[in-house]
Amino acid sequence: MKNQKTIIEVSKLRKDFYVGEITVHALKGVDLQIKEGEFVAIMGTSGSGKSTMLNILGCLDKPTDGSYILDGVSMGELSKNELAGLRNNKLGFVFQSYNLLPRTTALENVELPLYYNPNVKAKERRERGIAALEAVGLADRMHHMPNQLSGGQQQRVAIARSLVNDPVVILADEATGNLDTHTSYEIMALLQDLNEKGKTIVFVTHEADIARFMTRNVMFRDGHIIREEMVKDRLNAAEMLKNLPVEENGEE
Amino acid sequence: MNYTNTLKIATNALRRNKFRAFLTMLGIIIGVASVIAMLAIGQGSKKSIQDEMSGMGTNMIFAMPGSEQRGGVQMGNSDAQSMKLSDVAAVEKECTAISAVSSQVSSRGQVVYGNKNWPSSIYGVNEKYLDIRKYALSSGRIFSDQEVQTYAKVCLIGQTIIDNLFEKGEDPIGKSIRFNDIPIKVIGILEEKGENGMGQDQDDIILSPYTTVQKRILSITHIQGIFASAVSEDENDLAIEQLTETLRRTHKIKDGETDDFRIRSQSELVQTFTSISDMMTTLLGAIAGISLLVGGIGIMNIMYVSVTERTKEIGLRLSVGGRGTDIMMQFLVESIMLSISGGVIGILLGILASYIVSSVMNWPVVIMTSAVVFSFIVCSAIGIFFGWYPARKAASLNPIDALRYE
Ligand SMILES: Nc1ncnc2c1ncn2[C@@H]1O[C@H](COP(=O)(O)OP(=O)(O)OP(=O)(O)O)[C@@H](O)[C@H]1O
Ligand SMILES: [Mg+2]
Repeated sequence: MKNQKTIIEVSKLRKDFYVGEITVHALKGVDLQIKEGEFVAIMGTSGSGKSTMLNILGCLDKPTDGSYILDGVSMGELSKNELAGLRNNKLGFVFQSYNLLPRTTALENVELPLYYNPNVKAKERRERGIAALEAVGLADRMHHMPNQLSGGQQQRVAIARSLVNDPVVILADEATGNLDTHTSYEIMALLQDLNEKGKTIVFVTHEADIARFMTRNVMFRDGHIIREEMVKDRLNAAEMLKNLPVEENGEE
Repeated sequence: MNYTNTLKIATNALRRNKFRAFLTMLGIIIGVASVIAMLAIGQGSKKSIQDEMSGMGTNMIFAMPGSEQRGGVQMGNSDAQSMKLSDVAAVEKECTAISAVSSQVSSRGQVVYGNKNWPSSIYGVNEKYLDIRKYALSSGRIFSDQEVQTYAKVCLIGQTIIDNLFEKGEDPIGKSIRFNDIPIKVIGILEEKGENGMGQDQDDIILSPYTTVQKRILSITHIQGIFASAVSEDENDLAIEQLTETLRRTHKIKDGETDDFRIRSQSELVQTFTSISDMMTTLLGAIAGISLLVGGIGIMNIMYVSVTERTKEIGLRLSVGGRGTDIMMQFLVESIMLSISGGVIGILLGILASYIVSSVMNWPVVIMTSAVVFSFIVCSAIGIFFGWYPARKAASLNPIDALRYE
């Protein structure tokens, strides 16, 4: 994996928030490179700037200063619409709270990003939606509404949605934050599988044991990266699931 | 972003909130339906008044003694006996724009036949009266010139008289009825006319030669009114002018003095009633229009609230690559679809309501194409106008702010 191309290249990234009189320096000059095929955990205490970082990586927010190059495209001078196009083509986002459209089937939720891609016709949209749901093992729940799915299943639908446009990177913010251990491991197994197949993933978490499923851990504190390390004895979520006692199902 | 996708997104969003969409549309539905039904009822009553009035003869003119009253004050002398048979002769001779003229004298009284009696009116007229008032004979004959000269005790009667005096199937012709104890022979029957625009029964009528009524019933030599027909509807004004001129001369009214008679024309009455019902229609339409406006504001309200309520949804759509314009189009299309489908349902409901009113309450209705087209245009405009502001608001949201919105 050493000679892979760089997907994300961030340097001297700063982000300030202005709340009334006070300026919050959420990011204070961050440098980070992420290569294709990596599975990076962004860790750190609450308020250390993890979500702020991920939102900028996901082109949902603009940095106050610094540069960000995503898959060869520099963010600096892009317009609002160009950023929207980038989110549509190159990025997949997974949220802690799933963010599925209520009263909308799993399949339609998954298809959502493709509605905003004029090059994808209705038939292809359907096919890709089904394929993404198959990839997360929910083909049989295609026509179920979010309220008919468990939290883990809803998160898998959200992952399918982030996959459907075949992004260069999937960004996940506390994607297992609302789930119990067993379900978290299922999600991690799914992400490890996707990563195995070559997908680059950036995953924000504050749980150290979840971070051990990834290839590299990046520690944030107070708007700085304080430590970066490759994970040495990486865990395999699928293996761990097998060893997990069945009784623990549904509890933490 | 293509149009089919926008449409699909908007329909899906509406489908997710079917009940709310329906409630939103309800305002428009009721507004449009009432605009259409109100205008249909207003227009229907106008048309039926016009029809009935023209059934009474649109070029009919009548003059009666007595001056104009303005604000309750009698202007000039009003000699109730000022009209003479010589006036009729002068009108017949001089007024070129008048094709037929008849004097009228009338009396109310009790009509008796056998053991039945009925209160009614007898009108003393000449043979041209039937033409002027648009009466027709259904059987029998009209009185002759000779019968007029000799005060013959003959009459023509309307259907209401027959219904009240004669047994079913009995032929009144040749029978002698008594009016205020004077026996009069029925020589003809008038064709049924029904009620006029003011609800009067036009078949409750007995027509006799004016001489008969003057001499035998009222014992008078003057007449109570002059009925005339203008040559055509277009000549109405000229006919009125000529009639006024002739009567002023025969009544020896000097310049500057007011008339001692009043002239009314049927077309004038039609105009009055038409303008009254036009006013009614406008009023009804305006009230219904206000409810349509309220319906439109309802749409704006819902769209505005739903932008706030659906901020997270907007954030999500932005985060998966929707652009501001996509979001704006979605909200605009939602609002237009709501108002147009509300409009279409309202139009159908309005037409249905009009038919129900016409069949159940027996009111005349005329559905105006212009009202349908107008309502439809108004609905589309409402959709765009009231959807625009919330849509703009939705489009201006920042992805991350929208996502974080609680
Ligand atoms: N929209 C905002 N306005 C003002 N301040 C903000 C905003 N978003 C984040 N911050 C501030 O920036 C800092 C970093 O916040 P961030 O959400 O990135 O933390 P985090 O590492 O994701 O924490 P957590 O683990 O609790 O999610 C915090 O001090 C926070 O108060
Ligand atoms: Mg966070």
